[in-house]
This record gives sequence, C-alpha cells and structure tokens, in this order.
Amino acid sequence: MLKRPRLIALTILILLVLVLVSLPSRKAAQLKLAMGGFFLPLFGLTSSLRLAGGQAANAVVPRKVLLTQIEQLQRENQSLRFRGQQADELLQENDRLRQYLGIQKQTLWKLKLVRVIGRDPANWWRSVLIDAGSRDGLRPNLPVMVNEGLVGRLGVVGLGQSQVLLVGDPGCLVASLIQDGNLRDHGMLAPGDSLDPRILNLTHLSRNSALKPGQKVVTSGLGGLFPRGIVIGEVVDSRPAEYGLSTEARVKLAANLNHLEEVWVLLLP
Amino acid sequence: MNWLNTVLLILGAFLAVFVECAWETPRQWLGVQVDLLPCLVVYAGLTSETVTLALVTALGALWFDSLSANPLGGSLPALILLGGVVRRYRDLIVQDDLRVQMMLGGAASASAPGITLLFLLSLGYEPLVGWFTLWQVGVMALSGALAAPAVFWTCRFLSRTFSYPQIRESSFRPDRELKRGRH
Repeated sequence: MLKRPRLIALTILILLVLVLVSLPSRKAAQLKLAMGGFFLPLFGLTSSLRLAGGQAANAVVPRKVLLTQIEQLQRENQSLRFRGQQADELLQENDRLRQYLGIQKQTLWKLKLVRVIGRDPANWWRSVLIDAGSRDGLRPNLPVMVNEGLVGRLGVVGLGQSQVLLVGDPGCLVASLIQDGNLRDHGMLAPGDSLDPRILNLTHLSRNSALKPGQKVVTSGLGGLFPRGIVIGEVVDSRPAEYGLSTEARVKLAANLNHLEEVWVLLLP
Repeated sequence: MNWLNTVLLILGAFLAVFVECAWETPRQWLGVQVDLLPCLVVYAGLTSETVTLALVTALGALWFDSLSANPLGGSLPALILLGGVVRRYRDLIVQDDLRVQMMLGGAASASAPGITLLFLLSLGYEPLVGWFTLWQVGVMALSGALAAPAVFWTCRFLSRTFSYPQIRESSFRPDRELKRGRH
C-alpha cells in the first residue's frame, strides 16, 4: 500500500490539478503569465545573444557586398515612394467616393514589429510567444501577420510578453474568402490534417464552387477579428465534403509558420 | 533530505522547458518538439524522495503549461501518473542498465503526451490530433529513449559534483586496537 508521505503528496498534487482546472479563465491566464515570468531573463539573454551574433556576422560582411545592397535598396526605396504617392492619391479618391456614397471611411493599418521569442512546447497546439505586451498597446485578438500573409491572432497578452495563436491552431479559425475574378466564395479556415503546418483546410465552401489550384485566399472580414483583404494563401486542391453538401479545399499558407523571427501586429482601433 | 539534489532537478526541469520553447530545430526538421520532462520525472522517481518528485512534477508541468496553450495544470496528471508508477516499482527496476534507461525514457516520453491528450479531450479542449499524432508520439518515444541515458548521466554527475562525498567506512576497529600496558 502507499506510505503516508506518498499519500499526502499524491493528494496535494491531485487537489492542485482540480483547483487549476476549475479556475476561471481570467485567473488561470494571470497565473500562467506569472509562471511564464520566470523565463523572462532567459528569453532576454537569448535575444541579446542572437543580436550579438547577428552583429558579429554583420561585421565580417565585405564592404563591396554592403555597397551593392545599399544601391539595390535605394532603387527599391525610390520605386516604393512612387507607388506610395500613387496609393495616397488613390486613397484620397477612395475616401471622396466613400463620402459621396455615405460609406464609412477606411482607416489605415497601424503596425507594430515584434520579435518571436519562443514556440509552444506542446506538439498539439500551434502558438508562439512574442516580446511585446499590453505596455506596448497590444490586446487580445489583434491580427498578426508577416509580409507574405496572415500568421494568426493574439491570445493571452501579458505586460511585456504575449501569446500568438497561429493560423491552424484550433483556437484560431479565420473567416476566409476565395478571390479570383468574379468568384467570391466564403469559407472557414480550420486546422488541417497534414504534418505540414502550412497546409490547412478551408471548409464550408458552397457546393458549386468552381475551385482551381492557385486561387488566392484572403480574409473575408466576417467574424470581426480580421480585417478584410489580408492574404492567407492559395488553394492546393478541393473535394466534396459532408456527403456532397459543401466543398472543402486544402490551402497552402503564404506565410511560413516554421520560420518566424519577426512579425507585425495590426493595431486596430 | 538532500535539498541540493532537489534544487538541481527543479533547475533541470526549468531548463528543459525553456529549451523546448526556444530551440526550434527538432520541430523544423521533424515537425515534432522533443520533450525531456518525462525523462527527468522518471529519474526523480527512481532516485529521489517523494517531496522532490512532487516538486519536480508540479513545477515542471506548470512551467510547461505556462509557455504552452495548454490549460494550466493540463500536463500535470500525466507526470503525476508517470512519477507515481516509477516511484512505486523503483526497487524492481535496474536503473544502472543502459537498456533499461532507454526503455524507461522511451515509454515515458510516449505515454506522457498520450495521457495529456486524453486529459485535454476529456476536459472539452480540442487539441490538434490526427494521423500525424502517431508520427509525433513515435518521434517523441525515440528521442526520449535516446535522451534518457544522457539525462541520467548528467543528473548523477551534477549530484556527485555538488554533493559532499560519501565518507568511506574506516577499516579501524576499536575492538581490535592494541592496548599498550606498562610492559
């Protein structure tokens, strides 16, 4: 039979599990952040080491390579300035037309660049940790993206550290839209059944969807979390689902979720 | 109770969780993150007292859950069960044998995620489970089997290094001491 100290320890641990599992979600999130706070010095140290490593690597890049890169970037900068001016003009025109039609004015996206410091240690969730929190103006559910496309949304937000639920996590479903010429088919981006985290399922598409590989998938703006028009990826293939009542497509994400170093958080009003 | 051993094991659990969070190479290459916590709990179950085992289990699981999307305490039942079973049968386990260490590490690393997933599903959570889970559990079992001897060796080495050396029994026996008299 179990000896007394073992019995006491087992009882305490089982009680601990029961208490933690039955905690209200807000209290549990606060406790999680407090426990995660133990790792802050180590994350800081890792970031500093990475930065120092990057600087050391930069120091040995030949001058010729740097000059070529500067020249290339200057050219790119000029071209982007022209496109920016053109975009400003179009935006003003768009605002005027919206005013005439009485449609609400579009707001420009405010973005904040943050660094990814860690990844979910459990294999059955897809989330990452970033080095910014409520003191940087972040709050739960804000969209997170990279230049290529959507990455996910903010989950638990701490003071200086937050969790990002990646697209493909069961907690991050995205209302999506297939955008191809006149085709506008709405669906729901859900976790995929592939080991490749970039392949996800687009479900609840209409039965008669004319889907073709390569069609672009963007956020639809329905659901209220993600603004319309953020690139998600492209259709890989499709098949009938739910006994032919709807269609399901496999979508390849534009963003590579396996190699995230820095991400943009969309600061919505 | 040897507190140094306890502190070293807790520190080991802390670093194991941090490495799992910050070191992405296994996930990028294999699509699976390696988990060292079960091996550490097995070692604690084999060599430490109940309080040490309970502390390592509780803190390790809470730290793991704090960096994960798991509910807080979600990975605790699996580690409690693992530590409890090893502690119960530790007198029957040949812990110095390499093959036994590998088998223990592999079995623990395969069963811990399985139990955690069952616990999460029974609580109503929807973790990512599919055919790829078999691959994940397989890789975790293999990595646990390979890591277990290294974990055992490192823990023993650190424990030996930072503990006072055991006093060897003296060959001196007072009952055989020659008593010198006057002649």
